[in-house]
This record gives sequence, C-alpha cells and structure tokens, in this order.
Amino acid sequence: MSHASSLNPDYVDEAGRPIYHPVEEPHHPEGHSTMLGFWMYLMSDCLIFAMLFAVYGVIGANYAAGPAPKDLFDLPLVALNTSMLLFSSITYGFAMLAMVKNRTAQMQAWLAITGVFGLCFLGIELYEFAHMIHLGATPQRSGFLSAFFVLVGTHGLHVTFGTIWLVTLMVQVWRKGLIPANKRRLMCLSLFWHFLDVIWIGVFTFVYLFGMLR
Amino acid sequence: MSAEAHNDHAVDHHDHHGDDHDHGSFKTYMIGFLLSVVLTAIPFWLVMTGALPAAATGLIITAFAVVQIIVHMIFFLHMNHKSEGGWNMLALIFTIVVVVIAVAGSVWVMYHLNVNMMPTHDMQTMG
Repeated sequence: MSHASSLNPDYVDEAGRPIYHPVEEPHHPEGHSTMLGFWMYLMSDCLIFAMLFAVYGVIGANYAAGPAPKDLFDLPLVALNTSMLLFSSITYGFAMLAMVKNRTAQMQAWLAITGVFGLCFLGIELYEFAHMIHLGATPQRSGFLSAFFVLVGTHGLHVTFGTIWLVTLMVQVWRKGLIPANKRRLMCLSLFWHFLDVIWIGVFTFVYLFGMLR
Repeated sequence: MSAEAHNDHAVDHHDHHGDDHDHGSFKTYMIGFLLSVVLTAIPFWLVMTGALPAAATGLIITAFAVVQIIVHMIFFLHMNHKSEGGWNMLALIFTIVVVVIAVAGSVWVMYHLNVNMMPTHDMQTMG
C-alpha cells in the first residue's frame, strides 16, 4: 500500500506494479477543468474585442464631415462610468472573499452591491448613447460612429449579460446554498466580471482619452 | 484496495484542486483597487487639464493602460505562472501574440492602403 500510494494509484495494479495502459480513463472530479475551459473562452472573447479595437483603430478617424470625439465625449461622465466598473470589481472581490469563508449572507450582499454598480454603469452608458443619438450621432452617421457603437456596445452587452448571470447565481445560491457547483460558477463569473473591467481599460484609454487628444 | 486507493486519489486531487485557485485576500484586493484608482485618475487628469503636449500625453496614458491591465491581471484575476499548471499563462501569452499581430497588422496595413489610395495632385502629371 505504501508503495502503491507513492505512485499515482490510477496507474498501478493491485500488486503495486505500474500500469501503462489503463483500461478505464482515470477519474477526475466534476468540474476540475471548468476554470481552465472558462479561461479559454475569455481568451477567445479577447480576440473578438481585439478585432473591434482594430476596426476602431482603422476607421475611428473617418468622421465623414460629421461629429468628432471632441464634439461628443463628456470625460467627467466617462470617469464616473469608469469608477462604477472599478467599484463593482472590488465589491465582487469582497463577495469572493466572503464565499471562501462560507458567509452566504455577506456574499449575497456584496453580489447585490456589485449588481447595482453594474446597473449604474449600464444606465450611464445608455444615457450617453441616447444623448449622442439625440444629437444625430447615430451608428450610421460615419465610420467613426459605427466603430464606436459596435466596440462600446459589445462591451456594454457583455456587462448586461454579466449582470443577468449575477442575478441568476444569487437566486441559485439562495435556493441551493454555497454548494461546490455554485462556488465554481461564482468563480467563473468572477473571471468574467474582472475581464470586462480589463477590456474597459482599453476602451476608456484608446476610445475616450485618445479621442479627446485628436 | 482498488476502491480505497481510488478514494485516496480523489481526496488528494481535491486538496490540490483547492490550492490551485488563489482567491486573493482583502489586502491584495485593496492594493489592486488603490493602484487602479491612481492609474485611472492620472490619465484622466492629464487629458482633462492638457498639462502636457498631446504626443507625450498619448505615450503616458498608453503606458498607464498597460500597467493597469497587468495590475488587474495579478490582483483581480489572480494570474500567475502556476495557475492551472501553467496553461492559463500559456493561453494568455498565445492570445497576446495573436492580438498584437492582428491589431498592429490591421492598423499598419490599412493606414498604408489609405495613404496610397489617396487622390493626389500627381495624378495630373501621370499621363
């Protein structure tokens, strides 16, 4: 037994001799590869955003005699929006710390606060979009505006689905508690939520701040 | 024997699995948050006040964005070279390579295409 346990037990026979070709695949606990798989999804999502950034980089200065970033962007509003997303990142972090300690009520409270920050972000972004469209700066007005609405809109859509996912998981935890499956799901959403904040760094730097420099 | 060994393995694996995921601590989240606030506030301040020339501001805010992305990766996404047996880092490096080639290549090619397709005054002398 001591000899057997020093080796990987899935690969030794009963006499402790190694088996090079096991008849059955070794057993893996449920969800052991979920986090890696979810990371792969995030990397592919990263490629979608890279393409949208490239499009914005190519046609972001084609104003077609229409409004330019300086006429449309309101930096204090973008700064407020950025702070909403940053606050939601730290509150999601606090929710994860509460989850590790199995403090369900505390975790649900932090998740709710995260959701409120997410909704504030979406509200401010929709207000900005509505204001731009009201001024005639619609997606079909120029190459710059098409690229802007697709890039920022895709990010906003991710935050929307992240918020829906957040509410779904709060209901799941409320009904089933902090079971391993729910913890795993919360860890996936944690990666997703922080990933969206990383994308937003690119958006506020290369779209809004660089737009005001032109 | 076989079942017992199997069970040992499952427990071993589970412990290892738990150690694999770094959840961070209150301290690391606060360090990441404070660094992010500083790294966000300075670029906004530079652009809003116009304290520096546009070219210098552009370089500085690009550098701040790169640093802030790394800060988020370490303190919020808990990236390190060991997570998931190094596969997370390998996938990330591969993605960065593809992203840099795709974005820099697109912008470079389309810029030159744009410049070379521009109608110029030389057209009159080309006959």
